[in-house]
Amino acid sequence: MPSPPIQGPRASGGASATAPILETRGLSKDFRGFTAVDDVNLQVQEGHIHALIGPNGAGKTTVFNLLTRFLPATRGEILYRGKSITRMKSHEIARLGLVRSFQISAVFSQMTVLENVRVALQRPQGTSFHFWKPERSLDSLNEQALHLLEQVGLRDDAHRVTASLPYGRKRALELATTLALEPTVMLLDEPTQGMGAEDVDRVVELIRVAARGRTVLMVEHNLSVVSRLCDRISVLARGRVLAEGDYASVSANPEVREAYLGSEAPESTADEHKEVS
Amino acid sequence: MAVLQQDHQAARAGSAPRRITPLGVLYLVLFLLGLLAPWVAYPVFLMKILCFALFASAFNLLLGFVGLLSFGHAAFLATGAYITGFLLAEYPGLSPALGIVAGTLGAVVLGTLFGALAIRRQGIYFAMITLALAQMMFFFFIQAPFTHGEDGLHGVPRGELFGVFDLANNHTLYYFVFAIFVAAFALIRRVVHSPFGQVLKAIRENEPRAISLGYHTDAYKLVAFVLSAGLAGLAGATKTLVFQLASLGDASWHMSGEVILMTLLGGVGTLLGPLVGSGLVIGLQHQLAQSALGDWVSVILGAIFVVCVLSFRSGIIGECQRWIARRQQREDK
Repeated sequence: MPSPPIQGPRASGGASATAPILETRGLSKDFRGFTAVDDVNLQVQEGHIHALIGPNGAGKTTVFNLLTRFLPATRGEILYRGKSITRMKSHEIARLGLVRSFQISAVFSQMTVLENVRVALQRPQGTSFHFWKPERSLDSLNEQALHLLEQVGLRDDAHRVTASLPYGRKRALELATTLALEPTVMLLDEPTQGMGAEDVDRVVELIRVAARGRTVLMVEHNLSVVSRLCDRISVLARGRVLAEGDYASVSANPEVREAYLGSEAPESTADEHKEVS
Repeated sequence: MAVLQQDHQAARAGSAPRRITPLGVLYLVLFLLGLLAPWVAYPVFLMKILCFALFASAFNLLLGFVGLLSFGHAAFLATGAYITGFLLAEYPGLSPALGIVAGTLGAVVLGTLFGALAIRRQGIYFAMITLALAQMMFFFFIQAPFTHGEDGLHGVPRGELFGVFDLANNHTLYYFVFAIFVAAFALIRRVVHSPFGQVLKAIRENEPRAISLGYHTDAYKLVAFVLSAGLAGLAGATKTLVFQLASLGDASWHMSGEVILMTLLGGVGTLLGPLVGSGLVIGLQHQLAQSALGDWVSVILGAIFVVCVLSFRSGIIGECQRWIARRQQREDK
């Protein structure tokens, strides 16, 4: 059984001249008169790690929910490889290869670590509706699942119940589960949220490895993570794109600094605060 | 009781070749007890327990393994009961097996309809919709002529199974009912431990995540709902044969509540929980009805229920499993 390569073919050069893999045009979302996302035009280039940052309530998670159709957009278009996915269903978007994670770690806590990954692997087998087949029929996927777990350092925990894992490891498991789908675009919603410094470094490394040959769009509060990982940054404030560019240009932008300082200071620690200012 | 925990471990070990596990031994012992029981206890009482155990197991498939609380499962029990009762009463000589199959299929059809309507909602809304639909069925059964309204269907003939076994004999009928129960229990166990069951568990644990893995979760929930409804219908159909009676009581919301009570008491999300829960509730009802307490039975049952829920939330079997898990953890250290 061949294991899925965690590191796919390198995206061709990452040249920005090519058409974006994921694009939004005039994307907007109204909640009863309140516009949470307002005319957002995003272009995510293939092979990039693209960050979406901004103060609390800027609409970052709403954009994620719109992109994966967990919420329907009020106006605007979402294009994946040039084709509109605006009206597709959530699970269909996932099958296209756009796989999202969630702000709060999304694992299946009463299942074992191995089962978590296996449930992501089993769908392509086409037996997921087969209620008359024994669970043993899934054992052929175990090797592949263990291989994925090894890559995030969880192989030894494979038979533990997920609920018993510490928080940082749950996030690593979530990443392994996402990778099991061999996504082309990973949408990570605050992958380092609520983590201690050590775990943050681990996850940054995991994302860096996992992102090879893939495109990543991530919401992140921790600016040191953003500066270490991301090729391109879009700053969202009050539902609009305030600035876009690489870390140096964005952090030098006076409007961005005002948006951050004008509201709450960046949610992370004091020294990350220094990095922006 | 250590065997209950072993079930999980055997399932987890996965690739291990099949061998005799303590859980297998427990099932074997229960099976043998089931075979011997009618020679010790009154068969009709035992059959009542088996029918309700099946009903509760069907309900538990939905609540325990998908996380959907249906407050209208009586509708499926009653549909199975009325269809089987009507067919066997109107067409004497019809095989009781065919009658039961027809009743089950009726519940499957109704389950598909109700499921399609209810499955889009979650939590309390799902419970309310299933309750409303079940109440609708209750009033339908009052009005429809074939149910004989308030009177119900009496004296449904049990008939002869495959033209050989005379089911009028309580012992013969017991083994027929026992066979149905064992087959249905095996089916539920298989559903829970199948590729489909894995997806159901994932949906129960975190539905948005299951969607983001590409699963069309509504479709899975609907299949589970239909399976559960069909098995509840099977329980109703079998019950009609046992009591030769199908009545409005089967369709009332009390019945939907009772099955919740049995499942929670025994242990939701455990395979043996509903069996233990229904045995306990039916047994208590039986014992208390014979005492001089009369209508106090419901009050006493209610009090027992409150005490149980407050002191051991995961039910009798659930608590046993936790106790075993704790003990095993200590041994590991």
